[in-house]
Amino acid sequence: MSDEPSPAPENTRRISVDYLARVEGEGAMHVFTRNGEVEDVKLKIFEPPRFFEAFLRKRGFAEAPDITARICGICPVAYQMSACHAMEDAAGVRVTGALRELRRLLYCGEWLESHGLHVFMLHAPDFLGYESGIAMARDHRDLVEMGLRLKKIGNDIGNVLGGREIHPVNVKVGGFYKAPRKRDFAQLAENLKWAADAAEKTARWAAELDFPDFERDYEFVCLSHPDEYAMNEGRLVSSRGLDIAIADYEEHFEERHEPYTNALHSVLRGKDHYFVGPLARFALNFDRLTERARTVARECGLEVPCRNPFQGIIVRAIEMLYAAEEALRIVENYERPDRPAIEVDPSGGRGCGLTEAPRGSLYHRYEIDADGLIASAKIVPPTSQNQLTIEDDLRSFVPQFLHLDDDDLQWQCEQAIRNYDPCISCATHFLKLERKEVGA
Amino acid sequence: MSPPEKKRLAVWKFASCDGCQLSLLDCEDELLAVSDAIDIVNFPEATRRFEPGPYDLSLVEGSVTTAHDAERIRQVREESRYLVTIGACATAGGIQALRNFRDAEVREMASVVYASPDYLDTLETSTPIAQHVPVDFELRGCPINKRQLVEVILAFLHRRKPNVASHSVCVECKLRGNVCVMTAHGTPCLGPVTHAGCNAICPAYDRGCYGCFGPMETPNTTSLAKQWAALGASSDDIKRAFRSYNGYAEAFRQESERHEPDE
Repeated sequence: MSDEPSPAPENTRRISVDYLARVEGEGAMHVFTRNGEVEDVKLKIFEPPRFFEAFLRKRGFAEAPDITARICGICPVAYQMSACHAMEDAAGVRVTGALRELRRLLYCGEWLESHGLHVFMLHAPDFLGYESGIAMARDHRDLVEMGLRLKKIGNDIGNVLGGREIHPVNVKVGGFYKAPRKRDFAQLAENLKWAADAAEKTARWAAELDFPDFERDYEFVCLSHPDEYAMNEGRLVSSRGLDIAIADYEEHFEERHEPYTNALHSVLRGKDHYFVGPLARFALNFDRLTERARTVARECGLEVPCRNPFQGIIVRAIEMLYAAEEALRIVENYERPDRPAIEVDPSGGRGCGLTEAPRGSLYHRYEIDADGLIASAKIVPPTSQNQLTIEDDLRSFVPQFLHLDDDDLQWQCEQAIRNYDPCISCATHFLKLERKEVGA
Repeated sequence: MSPPEKKRLAVWKFASCDGCQLSLLDCEDELLAVSDAIDIVNFPEATRRFEPGPYDLSLVEGSVTTAHDAERIRQVREESRYLVTIGACATAGGIQALRNFRDAEVREMASVVYASPDYLDTLETSTPIAQHVPVDFELRGCPINKRQLVEVILAFLHRRKPNVASHSVCVECKLRGNVCVMTAHGTPCLGPVTHAGCNAICPAYDRGCYGCFGPMETPNTTSLAKQWAALGASSDDIKRAFRSYNGYAEAFRQESERHEPDE
């Protein structure tokens, strides 16, 4: 990075971060300004693509949850859930009762783990001026220890129910390989009560941070369910009136590929950019949070909708409070089901699933051949949906901060990106390349 | 006398899901103590801090899939006293190494990629780190076991041999008191040929091992494949079972190739 005037044209400035830190995966950011105007912004993802959609072909349908989990070590449960729902949709069956509740419990664990990681280790250091959560712990040991314990309780759910926290082994199309016994959750219940209190404390702490005065009129998009704060099932809705069945997803959303990035951009047909993730869920499903979560949110001064992405740190804490309370409800009411999974045979079918990963909606669609092998797969992760919105944010955000020196401006821009908890590992694995003739 | 300097740890990412380096942040009880004892000078997933080498220990996650990364790993090696690879991508090429096989779909995919070299820089293969530079220790798993990770970090910083067992998952099942899913339930299981380290989780959850820690030393894969066939697994089932997260590891690769349909 340099602000020397000589090689660059006069009155221009270039802020480049060649390797974004504290995001999952490999990305870079470039902001070009001229005469105080932002000329161009690019969030460049250089994480090498891994071509999951290609090698899922001819794998068994039952392998999809485990294979797609490997797209992202931060939110493997989200991939497992969307894959299972898509296969069950293809087979025309639904998982209900205790098995459905267990899935929700596992998702609560992932939200706690992933939000805990982001709030304390990735996002909070920006507000307090530290390079990392580890550095922050030198001066704020109690805070970081609380965050790590919250995160650990999320991981405990993954361990008890999934067998391990990263790439759990117990999830299966149709349910689980083994249903836990009620006593397996004994320790968890006590910890979840603590987690709810800690998450509330976190929200109140986060509400006192200094937030840049920055709001935009986003189109929020998320899953919505009439009876619950949606995680696994519902319709896809937006703050501007979209209300569709998941089966119609591809009629309303399309993906584009820009040459400068290895990730596909997802756009809402005819409308353009949109916003997925905690702020969208908070905006559209607020009344389905628990009473305690709603009360704490209001007392933290959050408006509904919250249009300041920097306040995502408070909203994530509110979602952690919700996840802890919801997990506790499930654990306390749990009765072991008669069998750990239902029979699912999606052979010859086509199905899709969309669930709420910690960082936003995750869509899967599969076609299964007569032998039960995957004929085609399509996956749209949250970060490829948010990528254009992140660039828009930078475009409108940077002009307010041009008075800062380059280091501070760079840090502000990084923070504006980290607001989205982008998972670049997820966003790159869906590249579709156009065939281009090389040479004669 | 000034206190001894802290050892310098660096974490590097190549093609991967980030899960193995996340294991370090998942050491919730040990993370702050570890960071008190050693200096984490490069770990982009967790910190903006970046300090140039040399490093006492480099942990490398991910496989090599681009020409740029093939060069970058040489650089990392030069700057690192010890280099330890963590996870199936780094030790065996990972699930993305499915592109290395002669499978029609994957070949088509690779040719599409190669048609636009300026559009995207990617190699035809996904290869383990040890195929590019000398590696001091390989920690297996998809993902790695975080307790083993802490053991390996401590061992290298104290210059002793890591205490990481190299027997099969079967031994872990016995230690854990699991009922054998293959003999008791007739569930095909890769445990007899798979490297230990996970603590036999899958059989503990009434499921056959799916080999995410890769082949153990001198595994008898052929004999196990016969047993799978006797339990009703098709040739394609067996091929796919060996050809997954560690499919490019030598022993698993050879076994999967034995179950290729005749061309």
